[in-house]
Amino acid sequence: MGIYDIIFYLFAAITIVSAAIVVNTKNIIHSAFSLLLTFFGVSGLYALLGADFLAIVQIMVYVGGILILLLFGVMLTNKITNVDIKTGVLNVIPAILGLGIFGAVLIFIVTSTNWHVEKLVIPKTTTSMLGNLLLTDYVLVFELLAILLLIALIGAASIARRDKE
Amino acid sequence: MYEFLENIVGNQIIAYFIAAALPLFLFILPYALIAVLAERKVSAHMQDRLGPMRVGFHGILQTIADILKLIQKEDIIPSAADKKLFVTAPYIIFMSSFAVFAAIPFSNFFIGSSIDVGLFYIIAISGFVVAGILMGSWASNNKYSLLGGMRSVAQIISYEIPTAIVVLTMVMLTGSLNLETITNQQTAFFWNWNIFGGAATGITKIVLIPLMLAAFIIIFISMLAEVNRTPFDIAEAESELVSGFHTEYTGMRFAMFFLAEYANMLAVSLIISALFLGGYNSPFGYLGNSLGVAWLIPIEQMFWFTFKGIILVILQMVLRWTLPRLRVDQLMTVCWKYLIPYSIAILLIVGFITVL
Repeated sequence: MGIYDIIFYLFAAITIVSAAIVVNTKNIIHSAFSLLLTFFGVSGLYALLGADFLAIVQIMVYVGGILILLLFGVMLTNKITNVDIKTGVLNVIPAILGLGIFGAVLIFIVTSTNWHVEKLVIPKTTTSMLGNLLLTDYVLVFELLAILLLIALIGAASIARRDKE
Repeated sequence: MYEFLENIVGNQIIAYFIAAALPLFLFILPYALIAVLAERKVSAHMQDRLGPMRVGFHGILQTIADILKLIQKEDIIPSAADKKLFVTAPYIIFMSSFAVFAAIPFSNFFIGSSIDVGLFYIIAISGFVVAGILMGSWASNNKYSLLGGMRSVAQIISYEIPTAIVVLTMVMLTGSLNLETITNQQTAFFWNWNIFGGAATGITKIVLIPLMLAAFIIIFISMLAEVNRTPFDIAEAESELVSGFHTEYTGMRFAMFFLAEYANMLAVSLIISALFLGGYNSPFGYLGNSLGVAWLIPIEQMFWFTFKGIILVILQMVLRWTLPRLRVDQLMTVCWKYLIPYSIAILLIVGFITVL
C-alpha cells in the first residue's frame, strides 16, 4: 500500500463519515460544518484523480462561498435567539422504500455496466488546457454563464438598494 | 526535495511527512516566537516604552516564558458552549493558516508543492480560516464572540474581492498561477521585479510601473484586512468586543489562535513578496554565483525570501501601532468604493497591455 492509497482511504473516510453526520445530526450548524468537511473530502479525491483545478474550484466555490453564506442565514436561527427549528423523523416507511429502490437500481447499474477502462496518462497540468478549452470550444457556454452571473449580481444590487423616499 | 529526502530516509511515506513538516518546525514556529516578541518590542519603542525586559537579555526569552505559562493554564470550556465545535475551531484555523505555506516557494530547492494552481489554492484554502472563525465564534455562545465572528467574516469576504482581482491581474501579466513560475520570471536584478513592471522592456515597462505600484498598495491593504490586523481589526476591537471571536478561549487554544494570526501575517507577506517583490530572487545577484559555490544559492534565496517577508511583517506591525481603527462603514467604503473600482481599472488596463 503506497502513500496514495492511504491518502485515498483517508479522504474517503472523511467524506463518508461527515456526509453521514450531515444527514443524521439534529443540530443544523453541525450539519452545515460537516457539509464543509464533505466537500473538503471530495476535493481531496478530485486532487488524487489528477483534477487539481477542479479540486481547488470545489473548495473555492463550496467552502468559500456557499457554505459561508449558508452559515450567515443559519447562524441567526439557533441558540442565540432561541428559535426552535423543527427537526424530526417523518415518513419513515416511504423513505426506506424510496432509498431501497434507488440503492438497488444504483447497485444494479454499477455491477452490470461494462465499464470502459483505459490506462490513462494523467496530465501534469490541467489549468492551461481547461482555460484554452473554455475560450475556444465552449466559449458560448462560458459567455452565457458570465451573463447569468451578471444578472444575479444586478439582481442582488437592486434588492439591496434602498428606496428613495 | 522529495527525492533528496527519500534517498536519506529510504521510505516514501516518511519522506513525505518530513517534507510536509519541515517548513513548520524549521521556520514557521521559530518565526512565530520571534514575531510575538517583535510585535511587543516594536509597539513599545513606538510608544517610547521599553517593552518586556525581565526574561533574558532585553526580554528575548519572554515568548518562551509566556508559552510555558499558557501550557499550564486550565483549559476552560464554557458550560453553555457547543463543545465539539468549540474544541475543533482552533485546529481548523491553525491548520488552514499553515496549509497556505504548502504552495509558497521558499527557494528553487525548497517548495512544498509546485502545483500549477498555487495562487488559486492559497485563496481557496484561506476560506477555511473564515469557517474556523465562524465556528469558534458561534460555538462560544457569547454575543461578543458572535459579533466579532460576523464582522470578521463580512470583512474577509469583502476584501477577498480586491485581493482576487489584483491576483488575477498578476496572473494575466505573468501567464501563470504557479508561484514558482511567477518568481522565476523576476530573476536578475530588482528592476525586473513585478512591482517595477516585471521583465518587460521599453514603453510597456514605463506604463506598467505606476499600475503595478497601485496594485501592490491595493493588495497590501486588502491582505492586511484579510488577516484582521489594525487598522482593520474591528473583528476583535478590544474597546467594543472584549477580544472578538476568541473571547472565550483560554490556554493553548488561545495560543493557537495567536500563532495562526502571526502565521497568517507571514503568509500574506510572503505571497505579496512572491507576486511583486521578486520572491526568492536576490536584488543584486548571488554570492554563490560569484564565488562559484552552487549550494550557497538556495540558502541565499531562502534568506532573501524570508527577509522580504519579515520586512513586510514589520511594516504591518508599525501600521498597527500607527493608525486608528476604522469604523465598520468606513471599512466597507474603503473596500467597495475605492479598492474594487481601482483594482478593476488596473485589471482592464493590464489586460489591454498584455493583449497588445
